[in-house]
Amino acid sequence: MDKADPLGVLTGSHYLDGDEACAEGALAAGVRFLAGYPITPSTEVAERCAARFPFMGGTFIQMEDELGSMAAVVAGVWGGSKCLSVTSGPGFSLMMENIGLGIMMETPLVVVNVQRGGPSTGLPTMPGQADMMQARWGSHGDYEVIAVAPNSPQEAFDLTIEAFNLSERFRTPVFVMLDECVGHMTEKVIIPSADEIEIEPRYMYTGDPKEYLPYKVNGNKNNIPPMLHAGQGARFHTTGLTHDERGYPDMTPACQAVLVNRLVDKIRKRDDIVLLEEDGIEGADVIVLSYGISTRVSYGGIRIARERGVKVGHISMKIVWPFPEKRIRELMDSVKGFLTVEMNLGQISLEVERIVAGQCKTVLCGHAGGTVHDPKVIAKAIEELAK
Amino acid sequence: MSDTAVTPVPVKEDTTPHPMEEWLRMDRIPHIWCPTCGLGIVVTALVEALKKTEFDPDLLTVVSGIGCTGRVAGYIKLDSFHTTHGRAIPFATGLKLSNPKLKVVVVSGDGDLTGIGGNHFIHAARRNIDITVVCVNNFIYAMTGGQVAPTTPNPAVTSTTPYGAFEPPFNLANLAEACGATYVSRWTALHVRRMVESMTRALMKPGFSFVEVIAPCSTLYARRNRLGSGLDLMKFYHDNAIIKNGCPTPEVGIDFQKPFIVGDFVDKERPTWHDRMRAQMTASLGDKFIPKEGPSICTNCE
Repeated sequence: MDKADPLGVLTGSHYLDGDEACAEGALAAGVRFLAGYPITPSTEVAERCAARFPFMGGTFIQMEDELGSMAAVVAGVWGGSKCLSVTSGPGFSLMMENIGLGIMMETPLVVVNVQRGGPSTGLPTMPGQADMMQARWGSHGDYEVIAVAPNSPQEAFDLTIEAFNLSERFRTPVFVMLDECVGHMTEKVIIPSADEIEIEPRYMYTGDPKEYLPYKVNGNKNNIPPMLHAGQGARFHTTGLTHDERGYPDMTPACQAVLVNRLVDKIRKRDDIVLLEEDGIEGADVIVLSYGISTRVSYGGIRIARERGVKVGHISMKIVWPFPEKRIRELMDSVKGFLTVEMNLGQISLEVERIVAGQCKTVLCGHAGGTVHDPKVIAKAIEELAK
Repeated sequence: MSDTAVTPVPVKEDTTPHPMEEWLRMDRIPHIWCPTCGLGIVVTALVEALKKTEFDPDLLTVVSGIGCTGRVAGYIKLDSFHTTHGRAIPFATGLKLSNPKLKVVVVSGDGDLTGIGGNHFIHAARRNIDITVVCVNNFIYAMTGGQVAPTTPNPAVTSTTPYGAFEPPFNLANLAEACGATYVSRWTALHVRRMVESMTRALMKPGFSFVEVIAPCSTLYARRNRLGSGLDLMKFYHDNAIIKNGCPTPEVGIDFQKPFIVGDFVDKERPTWHDRMRAQMTASLGDKFIPKEGPSICTNCE
């Protein structure tokens, strides 16, 4: 692991909202190019980068739309920068086209989605968590994704750095799934010194550029090929079409099988892309699963239920995709049920149901969005499930 | 099935190297384009122009969108990107802003650049991003079977205007100039020498430079409109293209099978996006401004 470039690290103790902390995480991770389009409630991320970039050799451009923003960001990576784009639901929909290109070209970058209420224009200034399945499946074709979901400004900083590290490790776009509550919640954020921040270096090709095959995997443990950027002498080709090791189009079922299976397997076959915070799991009758702002609200519901004598554990997911399937399987035989608390009408809860497959009860504590759950409602759902 | 035996005709192997071997991905030849398509001529002209500019080929980058012309990036032996439909220009913008040392050329079709990508086209020209855009205009969406395009002259028959196109087409040269392009020219696939000269000037010109090339699609456009073969279209260009350098772009609209104007239309000075950004940042921040000069991640380049 490398250390962070001190130019981008605002070491110290700060009072920041989640959007600002996310921007600081990106800058600390080494982001020096951001193409974006204004959308509430995500604009503070772009604004902060636009203000801070000129002091560290970074470039910001406000594009004409999110289609162009995402295309520019994918290209920016191939030009040799660490790149970020940031949006909310409606813009996330438009970005799906070139997120697919980023996945197909194996482009390490991060997209932040500060979720608001949907569908469509929905609730622009109010929270939602209903883009979780869009993050998983929003672009066409088969692929796997990685998504983190911070529950505080401090986590917005830490997990944005983690998102960049994961994107470089697996050469793929990674999502930071904030929500309006965490994005606009102001709390203390501690930014360590640059030499305390671990940065995953880009996996670069080191041989003769003339011999470079852009999609040849040489036994890399993460199943990814090494990169070269434009301008480094390789004169390589890459395409959104199904391609072979040379990056040349090869539209055959055989080539499709090799490429798409690798794109999926490099994430699906891992069980170590997991980041959970667990509390009171031992001997629990009920386990609450939550992420983002729903984790913070669940604390209240769990406290009330425990005061009433219910044995309830809590798993707060920091990485939501890939889903922590193995851990759920480990626990499903020893509990009465899982309660998924999320600000949508059932998305991650479907994943829990799929994995548990009837081995124990699975219940959704959902919410249509616009405000957070009432902790009393969560407590009641826990008690019902514990009966 | 016929059993008739065919005696193979012995072919003498030609070992003469292709004159553009250094610049083409010979392992991808033959290309996928139809016989008499204008794209081979455009690629040849572009390579000739790139040679003339004497830019370091390692810093040259070609970006294409989707469609017949979208395949150009795949045949030129430079760092080359075959991107998504309509997004070649924002992709080129991202490359140029990420590494301003790159010389970025967009080659794409009329539907890609001015239909689905129209918004990006006008904004890149407005910003005066320092890229060169070559638009190969065959008046239709050819890759998908010859549908009506934003450039289809009225009343040409296409697969989605079986009774004749009636929407007014774009005058691309005028659109580019109106949005701020520093260099605008138009030729046909017949005007090879002039096309090379204009492409060279466009590549050397700082800012958003635009070269439109009218190119024959005999498979779809000519066939549906009973205009004959690709050769007949070239003959049509010969007889009907009027060279008028410096012609005001509002006058260069194209009517169906009528004489039309080609030439170098616009060549003007205008600060690029980078010029203006650096000037503004320096005026506002002075010595504190650290410009982005190249890649921020570079493990094995200088």
